[in-house]
Amino acid sequence: MIARDRISKLTANLVLLAIGILFVLPLLWVLFASINRTAGLRVEFPTEPTLGNFKAVLNTDTTYRPVFNGIVLCGGSALLTMVCAVLAAYPLSRFKSKFNRPFLLTVLFCTGLPITAVMVPVYGLFVQLNLVDTIGGTIMFMATSSLPFAIWLTKTFMDGVPISLEEAAWVDGAGNMQALRRIVLPLMWPGIAVVLIFTFIGMWGNFFVPFMLLLSPERLPASVSIFTFFGQYGEPNYGQLAAYSLIYTFPVLMLYLLLSRKLGGAFALGGAIKG
Amino acid sequence: MTSSASAVPAPSSREAGRGGRPRAAKLVRMTPLTPAIALMLVFLAGPIIYCLYAAFTNMALTGTGANEVKFVGLENFRKAFGSGAFTNAIWLTLVFTLISAIIGQNTLGLGLALLMRRSTKIVRNFVGTAVIGAWVLPEVVAAYLLSAFFNEEGTLNVMLHKVGLPGQDWLYAAPIIAVSLANIWRGTAFSMLVYSAALSEVPKEIEESAEMDGAAGIRRLLFVTLPMISRAVMTNLMLITLQTLSVFGLIYAMTRGGPGTKSQTLPLYMYEQAFSFSQIGYGTAIALVMLAIGAVFSLIYLRGLNSEAA
Repeated sequence: MIARDRISKLTANLVLLAIGILFVLPLLWVLFASINRTAGLRVEFPTEPTLGNFKAVLNTDTTYRPVFNGIVLCGGSALLTMVCAVLAAYPLSRFKSKFNRPFLLTVLFCTGLPITAVMVPVYGLFVQLNLVDTIGGTIMFMATSSLPFAIWLTKTFMDGVPISLEEAAWVDGAGNMQALRRIVLPLMWPGIAVVLIFTFIGMWGNFFVPFMLLLSPERLPASVSIFTFFGQYGEPNYGQLAAYSLIYTFPVLMLYLLLSRKLGGAFALGGAIKG
Repeated sequence: MTSSASAVPAPSSREAGRGGRPRAAKLVRMTPLTPAIALMLVFLAGPIIYCLYAAFTNMALTGTGANEVKFVGLENFRKAFGSGAFTNAIWLTLVFTLISAIIGQNTLGLGLALLMRRSTKIVRNFVGTAVIGAWVLPEVVAAYLLSAFFNEEGTLNVMLHKVGLPGQDWLYAAPIIAVSLANIWRGTAFSMLVYSAALSEVPKEIEESAEMDGAAGIRRLLFVTLPMISRAVMTNLMLITLQTLSVFGLIYAMTRGGPGTKSQTLPLYMYEQAFSFSQIGYGTAIALVMLAIGAVFSLIYLRGLNSEAA
């Protein structure tokens, strides 16, 4: 029995390692190519490692402005999503109403709709409302598209905050919004952080929405500019592409680490989604 | 927030404190919902309703449909289902979803989650980090990394040459397979996390006693473990199917739908028709087809959750 256990453990480890290596290879490429002046398409450690590629892309047009745009766009949208989601989650979590169940079911139904499909009519709507190529309009749409999931997740977290504390506050004459701000939010900040960071990560990587709704090069976020700089003309400079990819990925990587270290991040999320 | 996180609103009880309020007060309590509802009405319901209208017109950015929008009935749908490019896109979308989501991400995710329970911590951490790393990467970056990997001079061919197999430019030879594998690489983490969470709640004793009774390996998996996490399997399948149906950036950045139309799934076909060829009416008709597919899956998903909760 013990010998069999050991063999099964060894097999599990070996199979896992093999899969892990397949997942790591493409990642290794970007790491090695970014410090290689003459990077090609295969994984190889550079003979003379250099930071030249990073220096070449660290300028306003290539890096600083798109990253800044991305922060404004995704940060703005994530904050808007969060504010609306918290406000919406409060009555849904705290008050019984006939309206709650159909509303939550609709929200859940919306999380399943393919946002990609709505993009053609959204573009039409943006033309009608004169919102094409505006940061504000794009922020509002991006916020809306992640709102259903955010409402649902926020409500789940809010349900975990016991109601007794608020009842005490109500007796003392505090209003609902005061109770929300003073009592509920401080108690559920880890949940808020999870939703906020998760929303931001999703938006930071989103290509299609800003690609469709923004036109001027000086308004494009990093997710689109990486494509327009490197994707459109002939053979790109792979070393610079890799360096830029790393710079662009860095913020979400850090946020993700924060999420998983401090808050149990994705694992908690996996639990929430599991249903 | 783990298992209690049922999708269906648990009746959050709290009428007691301030019971018996008049209607107006009840409405006032619901006002915080306004911003969310307003946004979703304008930017989500609005476009969907618009879809329902535009799909039946000849709306276009150039040509006749640009000057005068006419109602054309089912013409767009007739055109779509009669066109080879559309059926090709439907077909490719099915292949893409089947290979990359239902078979690839789902099975690999479950496999990883199962193997991780028996592995050593260091291996588990290494593999978990690699798989989640691929997931966290932005879409376009993932597309570039995998384009490099599948390229004629890329790492995959280097490995194939080492074991004496011929290489080729996978993005030309088998584009839909290449983008499907890319989507597996990028998306498996989600299934892995869902299954890890689900498996962590399966009591060890049940599996052990099943083993005592002689159910080992595949049989134990099929008849003991899987039934216990069937809800997670349903949820996961629905969610990844919905995600995969609407993948755009990954394929667009890797192949642009090409060569020719060999990897042009529905979202890419819709984009091409609506924007490259300016056929907004026709493009919305395709969007409506996609929405309908998504809605059907979404409803099945809701039903599944609902019947479990009841």
